[in-house]
Amino acid sequence: MGTGQDARRVVTDEAAGHISRVEELSYELKIGDVMTRDVQTLSPDMEMFDAMQLLRKHRISGAPVVADGAMIGIISIEDLLRAVENDGLHAPVRDFMTTKLVTVHWYEPVVKALELFGRAAVGRLPVVDENGKMLGVLTKGNITNGTLRALQIDYQEEEVRRYRASHLFQDIISDRTSLILRYRIEPRDFTRGGQASNHIKRALLRLGAHAQLARRCGIAIYEAEMNLIIHTTQGGVIWVEIESDHISMSTMDDGPGIPDVELARRPGWSTAPAEVREMGFGAGMGLKNIERCVDEMNLESKLGEGTRLDMKIVFPPEETFGDTNPAAVISRG
Amino acid sequence: MRLEEVITLVSGKVLTDEPDLQAEVAGGCGADLMSDVLASAQPHAVLLTGLCNPQVVRTAQIADVAAVVFVRDKIPTQDLIDLANMEGIPLITSPYGTFELCGRLYRAGLPSLEQRIAHDEGGE
Repeated sequence: MGTGQDARRVVTDEAAGHISRVEELSYELKIGDVMTRDVQTLSPDMEMFDAMQLLRKHRISGAPVVADGAMIGIISIEDLLRAVENDGLHAPVRDFMTTKLVTVHWYEPVVKALELFGRAAVGRLPVVDENGKMLGVLTKGNITNGTLRALQIDYQEEEVRRYRASHLFQDIISDRTSLILRYRIEPRDFTRGGQASNHIKRALLRLGAHAQLARRCGIAIYEAEMNLIIHTTQGGVIWVEIESDHISMSTMDDGPGIPDVELARRPGWSTAPAEVREMGFGAGMGLKNIERCVDEMNLESKLGEGTRLDMKIVFPPEETFGDTNPAAVISRG
Repeated sequence: MRLEEVITLVSGKVLTDEPDLQAEVAGGCGADLMSDVLASAQPHAVLLTGLCNPQVVRTAQIADVAAVVFVRDKIPTQDLIDLANMEGIPLITSPYGTFELCGRLYRAGLPSLEQRIAHDEGGE
């Protein structure tokens, strides 16, 4: 709907996304990325019987024939069958090998090999370099494995990061473990405004926080980060300390300070200039938003000296970090 | 409602790399004030906005917004589109204004995900 997708293709909605990615990968992946490099080769003078034994030993269904470093042919199961039929098991490999070689270059995309497999009815393709020197062999199995591996990397990178981080609190033993994140926030840096908060939210998700919890922390720190950007003279710092059962977040700056803290906490009250409001901030809802998201909030300010905002969120008992069941941690968020 | 239905209803053009068109959009939220989004938008909402700066994407990430629709054919800068791709937030641009867009989506059965917020002291 609305995307002009090919109507002839019968693909389930769910599979559609993955298939297009597989197709994409067949163009992205190079043959050299997925081929077998460590190739078992045969010599033209060995007996077909020995070639057969070698294939059986290595559990492969074919191998290139190499003489003086150059590939001169290929032996497959079909050639072996021909030898058996013609009583040629003790004849040299050169008598039965296929010399009409279909090869591919290492730098060509996998899709090229897929076309050849379909067209040339071969099970393996020798892979050569620019000078025709053999580098490896490519089978359909190589392509399947290579594609699956690439897909896995695509989709699981975040999962793996999350898995690693989620074990932090259970892997490191101390009486009280905490993780401290610090960010420097520049005044009027609207382009990067919210970036630190995005990083903090992602860190929490990787540590295994529930989506709802990460969201609460994210909203509170985002508003606080924007306050540093909008109001401070020289910027400030965000300091976040994550422990297994709670998170403390603070912002600190050295001026100008808030003249009337009570007034500043009143919803709708703002001193933000028009250009800040045009950016979608500075409507006087920030502190109110923070208050709604955190369990404890403390705002201290001295005019001419600076402002410190402390926020604390306590994790519900079933959502603490350091879960001993990794499956439970992974499925979060 | 699926994202592709939303795109059709708003006559939208997708600006980010191949979004998941089957992704579920739970409801809608319209705001130009990012604090309003942070305060009221419940997760998996499509955000209709006239604002066209990096804060929209960053706010969307924080507020678990399912997709952003820019009103009146607004097209963000490439930097902003790159940021959205990185955060995995689909950006869509629509020729209609905010009121028209809300109406179209609401009439098609998309509920509001704007949570009502009490503004009294300490109100939840």
